[in-house]
Amino acid sequence: MAKLRPLGTAPLGDLAAYVEFSRTLDLEVNEMVQRLAVAVQRRGVPWVRDVVPALGGLALHFHESFQGNPLQFAAELVNECIKHGLPAAKEFERMISVPVCYDPELAPDLAEVAQLLKISAEEVVQRHIAAEYRVLMIGFAPGHAYMGSPDAKLPVPRRATPRTQVPGGSVAIANDQTVVYPYAIAGGWSVIGRTPLVVFDAARVRPSLFEPGDRVRFRPIPRQEFDRMAEPL
Amino acid sequence: MSIQVARPGLLTTVQDLGRYGEQHLGVCPGGAMDTVALTLANALVGNPIHEAALEITIIGPELRFEQVTLIALCGAEFHGDFPWNRPVLVPPGTRLSIGRAARGARAYLAVAGGIDVEPVLGSRSTFLPGHFGGLDGRALRRGDELPLLGDAAELSQERFGALKNTDGRTVRWSAPTPTLPDREPILMHAIEGQHFAAFDSGSQRAFFDAVWRIAPESNRMGFRLVGPALARTESDEILSGPTALGTVQVPASGAPIALMADHQTTGGYPRIAEIAYADVPRLAQLAPGGTVHFAKCGLDMAVELRKDLKGRLDAVLQSIAWEFGN
Repeated sequence: MAKLRPLGTAPLGDLAAYVEFSRTLDLEVNEMVQRLAVAVQRRGVPWVRDVVPALGGLALHFHESFQGNPLQFAAELVNECIKHGLPAAKEFERMISVPVCYDPELAPDLAEVAQLLKISAEEVVQRHIAAEYRVLMIGFAPGHAYMGSPDAKLPVPRRATPRTQVPGGSVAIANDQTVVYPYAIAGGWSVIGRTPLVVFDAARVRPSLFEPGDRVRFRPIPRQEFDRMAEPL
Repeated sequence: MSIQVARPGLLTTVQDLGRYGEQHLGVCPGGAMDTVALTLANALVGNPIHEAALEITIIGPELRFEQVTLIALCGAEFHGDFPWNRPVLVPPGTRLSIGRAARGARAYLAVAGGIDVEPVLGSRSTFLPGHFGGLDGRALRRGDELPLLGDAAELSQERFGALKNTDGRTVRWSAPTPTLPDREPILMHAIEGQHFAAFDSGSQRAFFDAVWRIAPESNRMGFRLVGPALARTESDEILSGPTALGTVQVPASGAPIALMADHQTTGGYPRIAEIAYADVPRLAQLAPGGTVHFAKCGLDMAVELRKDLKGRLDAVLQSIAWEFGN
């Protein structure tokens, strides 16, 4: 339980604080941060208007009228939650199955990734669907989930030159992580497939397909099924 | 009831005080860049301060009011013959043409009852990158009709009628403009960011010594700053972490970016500094080419600046409410 001790607390402006637990990606710490986020949220502190679990720590954003010291308040709140015990991940995590079409036409970087890893494109897909991923953090854009897995075996670096426009739904990998782009956006990751699901829709009851802590599996679908499922925009 | 858009201006969007509670899903608060000017504009037409108004950027729109409407323009001064920073009852058929910004960069046009677009995730603010909020998630276009409350005309008459010191269609007083730049470089208080110590000593000094210029490729997401290149002592990648309004991050190019209303909620660049919350609305009044200087302050002082701004704003809001007979 030594990992439950914060390394420190840093200011984010004077209305938010970042309680940091790890400076490198540690999947165990990350899961603990998500349990901590749920614990803080459940407290319903009126000053706290946003609780953001990040890769290595937790950010707390305060209401404008908060007049205390954000660093001290965040550190105390976090310590209190840890002392009272964190909820189990099972209490909030969901299982999400994401259909992905790995058709080369929707996967402009699949061949390059295969070449880089010296394996076949089929093997890249096999490795991608074999691992169970977890949503480590959502950021960069609404619904843009960073997913990691202890079983991920696709260690390619980010692309030297980012693609200027990646279509929404594109499934991309870098450094053993997977992201799914919520809408057309510039991105530096290697695109190996596309999902027909709408990743983020502000008008939905649950706007984001992914939430922090979700467990995710990718399921291969043929091109016809993709075309059938893809919603016309 | 509606307002017709005859000319949209450079970037005119519907904004309120932003959406909160969704940052864990990557949804930034967004909202007005200059929250102080929006707050005052709303108060001047008798609205709650969080109502939706128009944010007008650098080149103003031309609007047509089909019915009598109580409006107020606050924030940056634009060319055009119109009383600024006060409630004005515009008669039916009025064409309001707002020119170029003369001082400051962003003005807010509030109407009695607010702009009546559907709230999305608890806010009417336009989030341009995600295409949601405001009017269809985009900036105004020629021919748009901005929905107002069904009884906006009656509400306008009623509220103007309640005002004490009227003079024709406006009043004999005006609200202050606390966020307008009086001279440049403007001064922003900033505290050391989490990675300040990771920068070499020359860069640490340069950040607080330099006069920074707002680059042309700045927008509602962030202001890119032109000045000396900043470097860290080690060039290792840092783990992506959370960000906030006013966070100053430094990409590998060494040119810092100050995060504004529509910023990304997480970022992988080192954070050299954090601008005091109370000062950000004044930064929002700089157009590209404007200059800024950072003065180092502690967290306690930044909190004090915020309390002080709130105190001053509350006093102005109280005196405006008094003019409305409240």
